[in-house]
Amino acid sequence: MSTKTERIIGAEAVVRALLEEGADLAYGYPGGAIMPIYDELYKYQDKLQHVLTRHEQGAIHAAQGFARVSGKVGVCLATSGPGATNLVTGIADAQIDSTPLVCITGQVASHLLGTDAFQETDVISISAPVTKWNIQVTKSQDIPAAIAKAFYIAKSGRPGPVLIDITKDAQLGELDYAYEKCTGVRSYKPIPETNIEKVKEAATLINAAKKPFIVFGQGVILGEAEAELKALIEKSGIPSAWTVLGLSALPTDHPLNVGMVGMHGHYGPNKLTNECDLLIAIGMRFDDRVTGTLDTYAKQAKVIHFDIDPAEIDKNVKTDVAVIGNAKDTLAKIVPFINDAKHEAWHNEFKEYRKIEDEAVIIPQLEPTKEGLTMGEVINQVNKETNGDAVIVSDVGQHQMFTVRYADFTTTRSNVTSGGLGTMGFALPAAIGAKMGAPEREVVAYIGDGGYQMTCQELGTILQTGAAVKIVVLNNEFLGMVRQWQQLFFDKRYASTVMTNPDFIKLAEAYDIKATKVVKREDLAGAVKEMIASKESYFLEVMIEKEDNVFPMVPTGASVSDVRLS
Amino acid sequence: MEKQLYTISVYTENNPGLLNRIATIFLKRHINIESLNVSRSEIENVHRFTICAHMTEVAVKKLVGQIEKQIEVIKAYYHTDDEIIFHETALYKIASNLLFDKREIQNIIKNSHASIVTVNPEFFVIEKTGFRSETEALYDELAPYGIMQFVRTGRISVSKTEMKISEQLKNL
Repeated sequence: MSTKTERIIGAEAVVRALLEEGADLAYGYPGGAIMPIYDELYKYQDKLQHVLTRHEQGAIHAAQGFARVSGKVGVCLATSGPGATNLVTGIADAQIDSTPLVCITGQVASHLLGTDAFQETDVISISAPVTKWNIQVTKSQDIPAAIAKAFYIAKSGRPGPVLIDITKDAQLGELDYAYEKCTGVRSYKPIPETNIEKVKEAATLINAAKKPFIVFGQGVILGEAEAELKALIEKSGIPSAWTVLGLSALPTDHPLNVGMVGMHGHYGPNKLTNECDLLIAIGMRFDDRVTGTLDTYAKQAKVIHFDIDPAEIDKNVKTDVAVIGNAKDTLAKIVPFINDAKHEAWHNEFKEYRKIEDEAVIIPQLEPTKEGLTMGEVINQVNKETNGDAVIVSDVGQHQMFTVRYADFTTTRSNVTSGGLGTMGFALPAAIGAKMGAPEREVVAYIGDGGYQMTCQELGTILQTGAAVKIVVLNNEFLGMVRQWQQLFFDKRYASTVMTNPDFIKLAEAYDIKATKVVKREDLAGAVKEMIASKESYFLEVMIEKEDNVFPMVPTGASVSDVRLS
Repeated sequence: MEKQLYTISVYTENNPGLLNRIATIFLKRHINIESLNVSRSEIENVHRFTICAHMTEVAVKKLVGQIEKQIEVIKAYYHTDDEIIFHETALYKIASNLLFDKREIQNIIKNSHASIVTVNPEFFVIEKTGFRSETEALYDELAPYGIMQFVRTGRISVSKTEMKISEQLKNL
């Protein structure tokens, strides 16, 4: 650290610290208590681009989309009070999906704290359960160290969101500025040590297994362990399935990629979870949507769990061998101990189930012969145009499950969706952030007509920034997933799931976005082609058969092996 | 699996927000905190939470894992009663005239090994340190004479085996 310091105000220190951390892009929304920082952003606008969203929730979801595709820390800014509370949904989303974010909120001046001042809210208490770490800064001098620590904590170990709440007087007061990056926090060990004996024990189990099965999650992507995963899979010949957030870590067309596990996962992976003799979980957390009822989940199998977070071990599923550490490191360590194998007969069991699923579900979905359009055929058409090279963003609901089931992926960090929290309204702002995080790539956002209306104000952000995202609204005039459950479990009582929608084409055109509506199958291919060929943002609305359902399905509380095809 | 009383010891940095974060971990799982004590520890600038709660061993393991995940928590441990030395302290405020009018009170104080903290013309204060059962027993004995105020601390405890916190801190 250079001992030379400069006398500047806290607000400038915030912007300079962001630049020191390599953040040249931030999303946010100004307001009273954060105005000094915005004033500095104005001065530094040639170095740090600030994207004005239309709502603070849009800002944080955009920061999430940016972080998910780029692997960098997403940054967002909001004012005190409602600005801060509007971030909370995105913070909770980032916490449960382990997305690195630094959120900076303005706060009333420190002498007003606790007086119920205008736009005062206790954002530290509100955000405590959903942040990896948070801090309130009331002294200008503390700002650089707080930001350095925030970036270090957000991106190290299992990533997550952090929040820094800065009082207005701390923004305005002067400090002796010098910046030193944070390299450690004594009470925090981001990557726990790997026990090599556990690696060997795991290898012994893998080599002895007759029916081993790998399920991998986002830990592979966050740990940048895609190549190591591939090496393990290819050497061991083990059929491998993904969780929603693990998607894109392994190319769709990899011969050992057997599909998705979980509630709307593929038939074979769910059925065979309860027939494998060894379940190898890598960077995943046995979410209830993955496991169904735990009482009958993989009881016949031994379980190996690779994870960076010791608190995940035995949290939901009891493991036989836990390998703690960063997946990139632990997978690299285990590969030399693994015997070459093929497991052909076992792999054929997956193929047999795939044939059943193809016939009952997949072919009717991707190449329908019925009159109404399906979500699957739209996604399939986009696959043909993008060759699976696009970043795919999805919102939450039926279309999300169709998207993760049917979108093709060739590249990692290409699947952006709200997995853990299931936040409707996530996709449109996340797609804007994703496009800015990977400007050279095609970004396609699939959104339902319900979720689209939760954050469609962000069309204004597209208008202002020119972010060339391709928006596909799959419109069934229903809150489709809830409607599906009402059909299956509530005798078709469609309580508050029928949507009367506005003219989405006019809405997109109001924001100067080229828009097309497809109602007939014969118009789909041409419209998709035009959308993908467009250099600018494009809005495509496709009218979908109203009461189509997502299958396979593991009903809540059922066993994964009781997965239904209809 | 049966629930039992666990004493959870948490070594932390001194951060005012941490109590909130730790309490939230219990709240989220509907685990009632029976007692809570915060003090300095044997290490400079390291604080120690002592928390008692009823739960199963599976639950306490997961809970301690979640507590340790907090950035400013250095280390957390859980113990059963036979693994620790523990005490609570209770204060009993009683009207002074009773000390002279009811001579039995003097015997109660003597027999329970309680001590008198202060005496003034209006009231006197007894302090008793020991197990919950002992401070309760003294309460029951004094109650018939009238207790003006009663208060008890949370449990404080030290483990029989070493917790090796200083060593861990050096490695961090």
